[in-house]
Amino acid sequence: MNTDYLELTGLTVSFDGFVAVDGVNLSVLKGDLRFLIGPNGAGKTTLIDAVSGLVQATGRAEFAGKDLLGLKVHRIARLGVGRTFQTATVFEELTVLQNLDIAAGAGRSPWTLLRKRSGVPAAVEEAMETVGLTALADTQAGILAHGQKQWLEIGMLLVQDARLLMLDEPVAGMSAEEKDETGRLLQRICADRTVVVVEHDMDFMRSFAKSVTVLHAGKVLSEGSVAEVQADPKVQEVYLGPGHHTAEEAAIVLGEGA
Amino acid sequence: MTSIFRSRYAVGIGFLVAAVLLFAVAPAVLTTFRLGLLGKYLCYAMVAVGIGLAWGRGGMLTLGQGVFFGIGAYLMAMHLKLADAGPGAVPDFMALISSEGVPWWWEPFRSGTVTIIAILVLPTLLAVLLGQATFRRKVRGAYFAILSQALAAAFAILLIGNPVATGGSTGLNNFKGFFGFSLRDPANRQMLYFIAAAALLVMVLVARQLMVSRFGELLVACRDGEERVRFLGYDPATVKTVAFAVAAMMAGVGGALFVPIVGIISPNDVGVVPSIGLLIGVAIGGRTTLAGPVLGAIAVAWAETSLSEQFPSGWTYVQGLMFMLVVAFLPGGLASLVKWRRTAKADPPPPPAAEKDLTPEPAGGAQA
Ligand SMILES: Nc1ncnc2c1ncn2[C@@H]1O[C@H](COP(=O)(O)OP(=O)(O)OP(=O)(O)O)[C@@H](O)[C@H]1O
Ligand SMILES: [Mg+2]
Repeated sequence: MNTDYLELTGLTVSFDGFVAVDGVNLSVLKGDLRFLIGPNGAGKTTLIDAVSGLVQATGRAEFAGKDLLGLKVHRIARLGVGRTFQTATVFEELTVLQNLDIAAGAGRSPWTLLRKRSGVPAAVEEAMETVGLTALADTQAGILAHGQKQWLEIGMLLVQDARLLMLDEPVAGMSAEEKDETGRLLQRICADRTVVVVEHDMDFMRSFAKSVTVLHAGKVLSEGSVAEVQADPKVQEVYLGPGHHTAEEAAIVLGEGA
Repeated sequence: MTSIFRSRYAVGIGFLVAAVLLFAVAPAVLTTFRLGLLGKYLCYAMVAVGIGLAWGRGGMLTLGQGVFFGIGAYLMAMHLKLADAGPGAVPDFMALISSEGVPWWWEPFRSGTVTIIAILVLPTLLAVLLGQATFRRKVRGAYFAILSQALAAAFAILLIGNPVATGGSTGLNNFKGFFGFSLRDPANRQMLYFIAAAALLVMVLVARQLMVSRFGELLVACRDGEERVRFLGYDPATVKTVAFAVAAMMAGVGGALFVPIVGIISPNDVGVVPSIGLLIGVAIGGRTTLAGPVLGAIAVAWAETSLSEQFPSGWTYVQGLMFMLVVAFLPGGLASLVKWRRTAKADPPPPPAAEKDLTPEPAGGAQA
C-alpha cells in the first residue's frame, strides 16, 4: 500500500490557450495532510479537476502507480480517487443515509441494486460515526446545516473508500467550532489516506496542515512545512505585493509564525 | 419509522383498492363500450407509469414516448392484420393499393410468438441505443426533450410516407381477431380489458420495486446531481438508460394492447401531440409519485373523451391550459396536494428526531 501516493509530473491544463495549470510537479504521500494554497485564480481547483478527470490535461497524474489522465471520471473514482466541490454537492432530496449508501455502492451488482436496502452497511455506519452524523441518518440532506453538508461529503468519500481525497475549500463559510471539528476530522482520516486540501483560510491551514504547496499563476511557487512556506519571500510577495515585508505584515496575511 | 409503515400500509391498501375497482367494480357497472374506453385509458396509464419513472424519478423529460407506444402498437397491428388475412395471404388494405404482396419485414410477424417477443424487445432495444447515444454525450434537459420530440415527429412522418406497408395516415384498423379470439364477441373484449388491467398492475408493482430499491435512490441521485454521481464511481448514462428502457418497454406493451382494444392505430396516435398528451397526465397527477402518473393519465384521457364529445376542438386548449396551471402553481402535480394534507395532520408535536415528518418529501419518500 506504500504505492498509495499522488505524483503529478508536468501537469498542464490550458483553456483555449490560457494556461491555468502550468507544468506542476507535486507528490503527496500517504498519511500526509497537504494544503494547497494560492491567490484566487491560481489554478487550485483546476488542478483537482484535472486529477479527477473533469478537465483535460497533459503531463502525468499518477495515483497508486496508475496514470489517471485520459480516464473517464467514474473510472478514476473507482481507482480510489474522491473529491469534493467548492460548493457542497450532496443529493438534497435523499437522506443522509441514502447519500452515504449510494456513495458506498459503485461496485454493487445489478441484483443488489434492484433490491431495497435492508439494514445499514457497516461502512456507512462507520462513516456516519466518523463524521458525526449518526443522529441525522434519516434527515434529508437538503435541510442540513452548511457544515454538516461538508461533513456528509467527506463521509461519502470515506464510504466510497477513496484513498486519495481532494477537498476544495471544505471550511469556507463554517463557524470557528465547525472548522475545528473539520480539522480534527481531517487529521483522523489522513492517517491511512492521501489527503489534499485546497483552502484560503490561513488560520485553519496553520492549525492542521502537515505540509503546504503554494500555487501561483498555475505554477508551484513554494513547498514545505507551514513555517517554511510562510517565511518564503516569494510567497510573501505574492500575498503582500513586491518589496520587503516585516514579520508583522506577513503575520497579518499569512498568519502568525511567518 | 412510523412514516415508513404508514406508506407501506398505504401502498398495499391503494393497490388492493385499485385491483377491486379494476377487476370487480368496473366490469359490473360499465357497459362493454365504456369498459373498452377504460381499457384504452389503462393503456395510456401504462405509458404514464414509464414516464413517471423516466421523467419523475430520472429527470428525463421524454416527449417521444409515442414512438415506443407506436412500435408496440404497429407490431401488434401487423400481426393482427396478417392473422386476419390467413396463412400466406395479403392483408386487405395492402391488396387494395399494391400488387407487390407483403413486404419481407412483415413476414416474421405472422407468428404470434415472434410478435410478442418483438413487442417486448424492440422498443426496449431502441431505448437502450438512444439512451447510450444521448446520455453518454451528456445530452439532457431541454436538449433531450427536443431530441425525443423530433424522434416522435420523424416516426409519424415515416409511417405516413409508407402507405403500402403501414397504412399511411389512415393507419391500420378493422381487426377481426386477437390470437384466435373474435374481437366482435363482448366476452373477448372484456378479456382484453382484464389483460390490460393486469398488465397495468404488474407495471405499477415493477415501478414501485424500482422506486424503493437502491437503483431508485441512485436514479434520483442522477436526476439531482449527475456530475456528483459520476465522481462516486457510477456511470449515470447506464443508470438513466435502464430507466429509459423500462419506460420504453412499458410504452410498447401499452401500445400493443391499445390496438385490439381500440381497434385502430394511426400516426395520429403516436406523433408529437399524443406524446405530449401522455406527459400532461403525468405532470397533472404528480410525476414523482407512484399513483400520480396512473391516475393523471386516466383522468386526462377520460376528460378528453367527455369534453371532446361536446367541444370537439376545445380539448387541445383545455389540455394546454391545465398543463400550464400545473407547471406554474403545482409543480408536484395533484399528488402534492394529498401530501400537504397528510403532512398538515401529521402526528402532534413530533420530537426533534422525527423532523423529517415535517418537511415535504418530494422524492425520497413519495410512494403514495
Ligand atoms: N473552464 C474554464 N475555462 C476557461 N478558464 C477557466 C476555466 N476554469 C478555470 N479557468 C481559469 O483558470 C484559472 C484558474 O482557476 P481556478 O478555478 O483553478 O482557480 P482557483 O485557484 O481555484 O481560484 P479560487 O481560489 O478563486 O477558487 C482562472 O483564471 C480561471 O478563470
Ligand atoms: Mg477554486
